[in-house]
Amino acid sequence: MAKVLMKGNEALAEAAIRAGCRYFFGYPITPQNEIPQYLAKRLPEVGGVFVQAESEIAAINMVYGAAGAGARVMTSSSGPGISLKQEGITYMAGAELPCVIVNIQRGGPGLGGIQPAQSDYFQAVKGGGHGDYRLLVLAPATVQEMVDLMEKAFDLADEYRNPVMILGDGILGQMMEPVEFSEEKETLRQEKPWATTGAKGRNPNIINSLFLDPAELEKHNHHLQQKYDRMGKEVLWENYQTNDAELILVGYGTSARIAKAVVDQARAQGIKAGLFRPISLFPFPKVALQEACKKAECVLTVEMSMGQLVEDIRYNLEFKVPVHLYGRVGGMVPATRAVLEEVKRLVNSGKAGENP
Amino acid sequence: MLHEIILAGFGGQGVMSMGQLLAYAGLVEGKRVSWIPSYGPEMRGGTANCSVTISDEEVSSPIITEPDTLIVLNRPSLEKFEQDVKPGGRLLINSSLIDIEPKRQDLKVLKIPVTELGREILGNNRVSNMIILGAFVELTRAVSLESVIGALKKVLPEYRHNLIPLNRKALETGIELAKGREFLHFRSCG
Repeated sequence: MAKVLMKGNEALAEAAIRAGCRYFFGYPITPQNEIPQYLAKRLPEVGGVFVQAESEIAAINMVYGAAGAGARVMTSSSGPGISLKQEGITYMAGAELPCVIVNIQRGGPGLGGIQPAQSDYFQAVKGGGHGDYRLLVLAPATVQEMVDLMEKAFDLADEYRNPVMILGDGILGQMMEPVEFSEEKETLRQEKPWATTGAKGRNPNIINSLFLDPAELEKHNHHLQQKYDRMGKEVLWENYQTNDAELILVGYGTSARIAKAVVDQARAQGIKAGLFRPISLFPFPKVALQEACKKAECVLTVEMSMGQLVEDIRYNLEFKVPVHLYGRVGGMVPATRAVLEEVKRLVNSGKAGENP
Repeated sequence: MLHEIILAGFGGQGVMSMGQLLAYAGLVEGKRVSWIPSYGPEMRGGTANCSVTISDEEVSSPIITEPDTLIVLNRPSLEKFEQDVKPGGRLLINSSLIDIEPKRQDLKVLKIPVTELGREILGNNRVSNMIILGAFVELTRAVSLESVIGALKKVLPEYRHNLIPLNRKALETGIELAKGREFLHFRSCG
């Protein structure tokens, strides 16, 4: 199929259809509105269902219902809407229901603003709602990768019976880049014998996250934890010029694109810089990060937050390499020139190797 | 070759579609492209801008902070973005609506009264954006005229294809006007 120019949001939506998604429940919020807009038109064409719910809370519970019935289902929102959905998300994690949730991040906290941000990192990878649970979190950096990860997201959701989050940002959602779709695969999708499909000729299935017996609930938590441990093999990352790098930039999504340009500019000035880009944020590619930073004297995270990813980088490097932060917030986007200045400052100060 | 362009003007002047067309024309030529709109509480009559990258290589950062070319259709856009243009970069100005001189002395400037030209020559100021796009194509050769026409065929729905000849005329008007007419700003001030 030939390449077409598409907005990230529209490309995500089309990719969902091609991944077999037939149900969308959501509530509008900038900067992700092109997703529901596109699906409102497209889903009925393929026999699917689109509902603009009365609220985010209603929407996520519709997702719960459809997922429980075995459907491929998704919702999308941005920061404030994702916060509203947290209750439903933890219920789905508890009840082990597969679904895909898209967060096209905007500036926070509170209502914040509508310009791009990456300040929902903690919310996405650490839980967000209550209880011990994890989402699989995938962070694309190009419109093409949004498409590629969307199909993967639905497969992972079904395989692990767990919600999967696609963590984008306002730039990725709004920007247009050429994309190519693979033909819709009529793969044999996983059977869902646990789904509530009418109980004809079998015992009823129960979908629930309530365990009043503490011993039972502990057992359930252990079962979930084993599943999260198993997810460890799903790590995804990209290395760019890391082999001989003395300074490693780390970023995901849009920030990684900026950092990549900085790597090229720094190299042109004789600075051995490289980029490590986590694509899966949970599970985190810890081993790959450590490998990439083997020769690094220091690491600089580039993110659109006050410093969230940086904490995980320090933790995953086991505090063996100093990790610095360059962050812009509130909808401001790091400029390559400013990041390059920071790289040069670190290298020239001789303090790059000291803990910040 | 890497082209980084910022296009800006009033909402409704066709800034966004001009940028999309440019990106699509690059795609038609097999180049790497990206298009980023300003988005926000903007509306017809408000300000709008977009960033377009056309490159032979992979586009690392699609965010443009220092454009090689700035195309401005109204005065607030000139005032907002002039300072960001790369040293020695290009500035294309819609002089129908911009009655001030650029401050920078190092830019290659072309002023065209595209709003008037659209109305007077083509009888439709809605193709004003295509005149300035034609001038851009002539000056930079970032994409060819035929690729822009090819892009129009892809972007416009079938029932709008009757507008392609008018758009072609507008693009050609811009191309003709740009021929040999670009100058360093300090010479234009005389």
